Amino acid sequence: MLSEEVEVNAQGHISVDSWTVAGRTFTSRLIVGTGKYKSLQENAATVAASGAEIVTVAVRRVNVSDPKAPMLTDYIDPQKVLYLPNTAGCFTAEEAIRTLRLAREAGGWKLIKLEVLAEAKTLYPDMFETVRATELLSKEGFEVMVYCTDDPIMAKRCEDAGAVAVMPLGAPIGSGLGVQNPVTIRLIVEGAKVPVLVDAGVGTASDAAAAMELGCDGVLMNTAIAEAKDPVLMAGAMKAAVEGGRLAYRAGRMAKRRYADPSSPLAGLI
Amino acid sequence: MSEIETHSISVNGEHRRVDAGTTIAGLVQELGLDPGRVAVERNLEVVPRSSLAEVQVEDGDDYEIVYVVGGG
Repeated sequence: MLSEEVEVNAQGHISVDSWTVAGRTFTSRLIVGTGKYKSLQENAATVAASGAEIVTVAVRRVNVSDPKAPMLTDYIDPQKVLYLPNTAGCFTAEEAIRTLRLAREAGGWKLIKLEVLAEAKTLYPDMFETVRATELLSKEGFEVMVYCTDDPIMAKRCEDAGAVAVMPLGAPIGSGLGVQNPVTIRLIVEGAKVPVLVDAGVGTASDAAAAMELGCDGVLMNTAIAEAKDPVLMAGAMKAAVEGGRLAYRAGRMAKRRYADPSSPLAGLI
Repeated sequence: MSEIETHSISVNGEHRRVDAGTTIAGLVQELGLDPGRVAVERNLEVVPRSSLAEVQVEDGDDYEIVYVVGGG
């Protein structure tokens, strides 16, 4: 039947889309963090609802006083979802490298998220240390996805230093303010030869869609889901928003007009 | 009666004593942890998991034992 054929063709047209970082290909363009959740169960449920194929994790001292406490790996299977160890809390390249060497030993992870922060107040990245760490880690065989400022020149510096992806902030970490600087994010997307993901600052679904409409390859978020009143529902919203924003970018939005333009034909009016 | 010799070490910033001759894998197990799920740094050098059962704890060693937790 004709309508079925149309539907199948339309679905095929929409679904052919994936992105690749450091030779690994993913369908989901949403990366979620695993911090700030009330429980590991809730965390696992949000990951499932988000459809994420990559989750960020942190490296921390084991709890020697409670060695039998449940672990993240008991709830989110690292064989099914790729763990992306981060360097949250590191303020120098050396701290970041030390952390990631331990992560590599803990789980064999080579693809990592580098963040070298400058200060606790803004959690803004220290780009001098970030670029230096990117270079050192790349030489050590790590595949470095870099949290960076929304500055096209700094993003380029990261890429030149060996970054396999650049991840400019949309707004400060945990702020939920949405993409503050769409112009520079777009410039980063236009200039980058590696994937660009907006990392940090997303507050709600429309923020994620807006980031994707700028042509980003993906979005990374944590607090927007974890601090929603219903995190599982918000994870589903973010999945839909990232997919919707991506489709809109691929579709190519209409030009903006300053005045109205009727959608129904003017000819044949009764 | 011979006293068992012990070593004074630091684990994750806390002082501990272990029997001489304890391996790093032994130390990890003594703490109730699975050596297959943690990473160990000894005096700022990562100890490969494959050698945890061979390397002995030395007096004055400083250990960091880590694993992955939730994070953004």
